[in-house]
Amino acid sequence: MATTLKPADPNQLRDMVLFMASKKTPAEIVGAGTKRGLGRPLDLDYRIETGALAGIDLYEPEELVMRAGAGTRLAHIERALETHRQQLAFEPIDYGPLLGEPAGKASIGGVFACNLSGPRRVKAGAARDHLLGFVAVSGRGETFKSGGRVVKNVTGYDLCKLMAGSWGTLAVMEQVTFKVLPAPEATATLLIQGLDDRRAIRLLTLALQSPHEVSGAAHLPAGIGAGAAAADIAGPATLLRLEGVPPSVEARVAALGELIGGDGIDILDGAASLAIWRALRDVLPFAGQADRPVWRLSVPPAAGAGVVAAIGAQLPAEAYYDWGGGLIWLMLDRRADAGAGLIRAAVGDVGGHAMLVRATPEVRASVPVFEPQDRAVGGLTRRIKEGFDPVGILNPGRMYAGV
Amino acid sequence: MKMPEPDAAILSRRQAIATALGAIVPGEGVIVDEEERRAYESDGLTAYRQLPLIVVLPTTTQQVAAVLRYCQGEGIKVVPRGAGTSLSGGALPLTDGILLGLGRFKRILDIDYDNRCVVAQPGVTNLAISDAVAERGFYYAPDPSSQIACTIGGNVAENSGGVHCLKYGMTTNNLLGLEIVTMEGEIVRLGGRHLDADGYDLLGIMTGSEGLLGVITEVTVRILPKPATARALLIGFQTSESAGDCVAAIIAGGIIPAGMEMMDRPAIHAVEAFVKAGYPLDVEALLIVELDGPKPEVDYLIGKVEAIARENAAVSVRISTSEAERLAFWAGRKAAFPAVGRISPDYYCMDGTIPRHRLPTVLARIRQLSARHGLEVANVFHAGDGNLHPLILYDANNSGELEKAEEFGADILRLCVEVGGVLTGEHGVGVEKRDLMPIMFSDDDLKQQQRLKCAFDPKQLLNPGKVFPVLHRCAELGRMHVRSGFTPFPDLPRF
Repeated sequence: MATTLKPADPNQLRDMVLFMASKKTPAEIVGAGTKRGLGRPLDLDYRIETGALAGIDLYEPEELVMRAGAGTRLAHIERALETHRQQLAFEPIDYGPLLGEPAGKASIGGVFACNLSGPRRVKAGAARDHLLGFVAVSGRGETFKSGGRVVKNVTGYDLCKLMAGSWGTLAVMEQVTFKVLPAPEATATLLIQGLDDRRAIRLLTLALQSPHEVSGAAHLPAGIGAGAAAADIAGPATLLRLEGVPPSVEARVAALGELIGGDGIDILDGAASLAIWRALRDVLPFAGQADRPVWRLSVPPAAGAGVVAAIGAQLPAEAYYDWGGGLIWLMLDRRADAGAGLIRAAVGDVGGHAMLVRATPEVRASVPVFEPQDRAVGGLTRRIKEGFDPVGILNPGRMYAGV
Repeated sequence: MKMPEPDAAILSRRQAIATALGAIVPGEGVIVDEEERRAYESDGLTAYRQLPLIVVLPTTTQQVAAVLRYCQGEGIKVVPRGAGTSLSGGALPLTDGILLGLGRFKRILDIDYDNRCVVAQPGVTNLAISDAVAERGFYYAPDPSSQIACTIGGNVAENSGGVHCLKYGMTTNNLLGLEIVTMEGEIVRLGGRHLDADGYDLLGIMTGSEGLLGVITEVTVRILPKPATARALLIGFQTSESAGDCVAAIIAGGIIPAGMEMMDRPAIHAVEAFVKAGYPLDVEALLIVELDGPKPEVDYLIGKVEAIARENAAVSVRISTSEAERLAFWAGRKAAFPAVGRISPDYYCMDGTIPRHRLPTVLARIRQLSARHGLEVANVFHAGDGNLHPLILYDANNSGELEKAEEFGADILRLCVEVGGVLTGEHGVGVEKRDLMPIMFSDDDLKQQQRLKCAFDPKQLLNPGKVFPVLHRCAELGRMHVRSGFTPFPDLPRF
């Protein structure tokens, strides 16, 4: 049983990391701990939880900026934003339901450390694009900062990008500053039923090539339901979301409908539209089947249907598409290797990467969870890690063995 | 400006080094002649000049790799260069260093409309990418004012912005893939045509790294469908406070304009005298607000912005009713730098970013500084994202005036940091702001950044002397110092 340390303030956090460094004793680094089931399993004597480093200490809606302790609950942040009709435009996924944890518990530090983005990524960018600054403690036990509170900033290396998606392996973030944006006043979703994968991806491509500012482009193939939150939608269903001020959404619904061929399009608005995108964002179609592995594939969007077909020809697989085909959620039957070889070969053929997001600890210990790196990138990764955490005390091995 | 001490042994071997490089890059790709080298002695920051040891102009990634491998082996410093439009001296040569020019990498390699991206060699200009995809109604969003000349490779190295960053982001937000060559001569491919990185975001780290981490040999950028409509408002105010309030109210109203630019009185007058854009001359601040997107949206938001402007004491509001009129609004702003250049023998362009609401304070303090330093200043401002470009007017022929301008500029940047902003919004640190870095960063902050450099370039041969005021050896940076006086917890620590 690991000893859990809960720093009450940044000084305690630094002292704890210094303690680990001086003892050369590694620690698991978590925010709220909702994604502990993702990544290579860690079995360490210590765990540092940043949950108490919480609270919004700066929110200036007219400056589009917020600063908060890394342990602040995402739900708390989203409530604060709602009072000013603002949002995190990158629409972070809540991995809780997929990983068998409660929904709504994630911390903002975890959201950025894992670079979690949702359907709006195609229009608004990823979490990494919204992180403006941070304060963190490196594996050297040194507190350092990068970035700032303004959007336009090229002063020094952009360490915000490095921290986003480093899964707590380089430094422990204690505070994050990020960009917030106005929430759309209106939202509507065009629903087209009956398309096979290839025709659906072609339709999504056509929509994303149009100037109608599509902010969600997904496809659920036959047999995939949208999950409990939007139970009445089942595939094949192709979905295009439009957001903005009401007159704009209204005009674009009409124009996009005409572009993709008007007949047989249903329009979902308000709560129905919100529910379906939330379900797709949080991978609810694959929630609750804990023993079946789930993969997250990132590929060139137009190649999405081909990748799924190539995998499906060899293995029984269920999959659906987001990001216009560029993000594939794929669930298999239980297998010792979780289909890793086949899946990574299919992704490798088109360029991209595959992450094993849900699997038993045994499988995650034996199958690379993150895409294996080539020699050059692997060397840079290892040397970057050594620069931030020379003793290897922060989440060692969470992403790659030895890192 | 103190640069790393030149290596006399390298200087004495110029001819031998040129011969070795000539074997890698045949033909006219190696320049030793002094007159020809002079074309490369400075970039857009012309106050600093230095002849490079040798100029090399490779044409293939393999040649770049071989040049870097050779220089790594011989301990020769390398300064990469795109079009040389940097305003911060990022491509300033070293007297004992090779200048590696990427100007011959001029081809667009692929246009992929289905995946909405373009693959280009680094020497392709920013504007050429937009031009290449215009026929299908696409464009590349970041639009630095030098876009006709600056290259996409340089844009990545500097994380270039432009007037439309508020809505569409900077280079880093529009980049999908890179091929780079490390100082060790290793060719590394990052990203591709998919949307997100796996592992550490090396693509993000390379962007804005000012040529210190690797040499960019191929770039994949996202392209966007052109907005259906764009319209602009030209709004005049009696005070910069009112203009600042208007900017805040527009954003608080949930509107993100495509561009939002401000000019102060000296800038307005300089511009109007130069291009006759029809700007009002009896205002203290002028705001250009551009909205783009579907026509019904633009028309609706134009009305909202106009109402907000009137609520915030606007004294004049003009709304473009045609594309010609919209472009006329912009003509003045886009000519601001040359317009100021016309009324002063020289000007020095600064680039700090501030939290927007501090603008009135910052403008007032800049006026005080202007009086103290005895130099005039005109301000243009990317008001949407808080990026301020004060243009300091001086005459380099007057002894000591350049130094005075530089001191004035440094004071402005200190002020930006003091009010919660940063030293540079889009021009980069380069040599220009290198020695100001400690205003913003602690020693630990800077050392952690330099450790990243060590991961890519442990011998620190790539563009040394830029960005960091103090060069530490990587061996020293790598050492772990557990602070003295720290007592490990005697028992299991429970907090």
